[in-house]
Amino acid sequence: MGEASKISRYVHTVLVLFIIWLFLTSSLDPQEVIIGAILSLVIGALTYEVFTERGLGNLNPKRVLYFIAYIPYFLWAMVLANLDVAYRVLHPKRPIKPGIVECKTVLTNNTGKLALANSITLTPGTITLDVKGDRYFIHWIDVKDESVEGASEKITKPFEKFLKVIFE
Amino acid sequence: MSVASIIGQALVLFGTFFYVLSSLGLIRMPDVYNRMQTATKSATLGSLGVIVGTGIWAVGELGSYSWIPKTLIIAVFLLLTNPIAAHALIRAAYKSGVPLWEGTVVDKYKEAEGSLERVNEIEEKLEEASQEVETNE
Repeated sequence: MGEASKISRYVHTVLVLFIIWLFLTSSLDPQEVIIGAILSLVIGALTYEVFTERGLGNLNPKRVLYFIAYIPYFLWAMVLANLDVAYRVLHPKRPIKPGIVECKTVLTNNTGKLALANSITLTPGTITLDVKGDRYFIHWIDVKDESVEGASEKITKPFEKFLKVIFE
Repeated sequence: MSVASIIGQALVLFGTFFYVLSSLGLIRMPDVYNRMQTATKSATLGSLGVIVGTGIWAVGELGSYSWIPKTLIIAVFLLLTNPIAAHALIRAAYKSGVPLWEGTVVDKYKEAEGSLERVNEIEEKLEEASQEVETNE
């Protein structure tokens, strides 16, 4: 994917910084809003080059909708992960069968890969050990399938259908 | 006791329960990799519960809504940075040679590293050979 224009990337950075400012101060007092706008304009000018490659393309409505749908899905997966951890820790026999498996991903975008790695780390029984190109090395606490295809099916597939739309 | 207070207190209790599980996991698990598994997941969800719970509790107890956005953004920052820290730690542990538990069934990473080393060795040999050919000419 090519880079967006400089203006679009700059505006996107300023928008994100300003929204974070609004959340952090949690007040709509005009004085605070103005100083926040000035600061985000300045910081945006200094940092937009490293912050985003696609600019306002990130705010495509389809991407935003998929992202909103992804949040409850991800939180539910996290709660399941923790119940799984609870079961393994509290069970007297400690039912673990750890191993490092390899997965392939279809994502090509760097941000998408980061999001997938983070999602893998926070979901049931898996933690990302290393990423090389499109290969993920994952420490799995209960190995059910040692082959590359099988592991991808169980670990990365459920998230890819969302992340493909959000980041590609 | 308002409804918001009760929800907030329940969330904080939920969070502390997972904190306890997380520290219990540190004792129960056999090696550093499995410890990272329990510590990361439970501590992240526990923190989310405690932080957001505090925000909601403040609505019921103090009647102040300005806590919720702040706690939410702290929770989001934590959610984004915690897995990266875990990834950096577990990768550093592997690179510095911490052994896997003896019950471990498969280690694809070692195989991949091994094949990469072999490819590098072959490339080096090829380069040496081509240099020799050049000097002979």
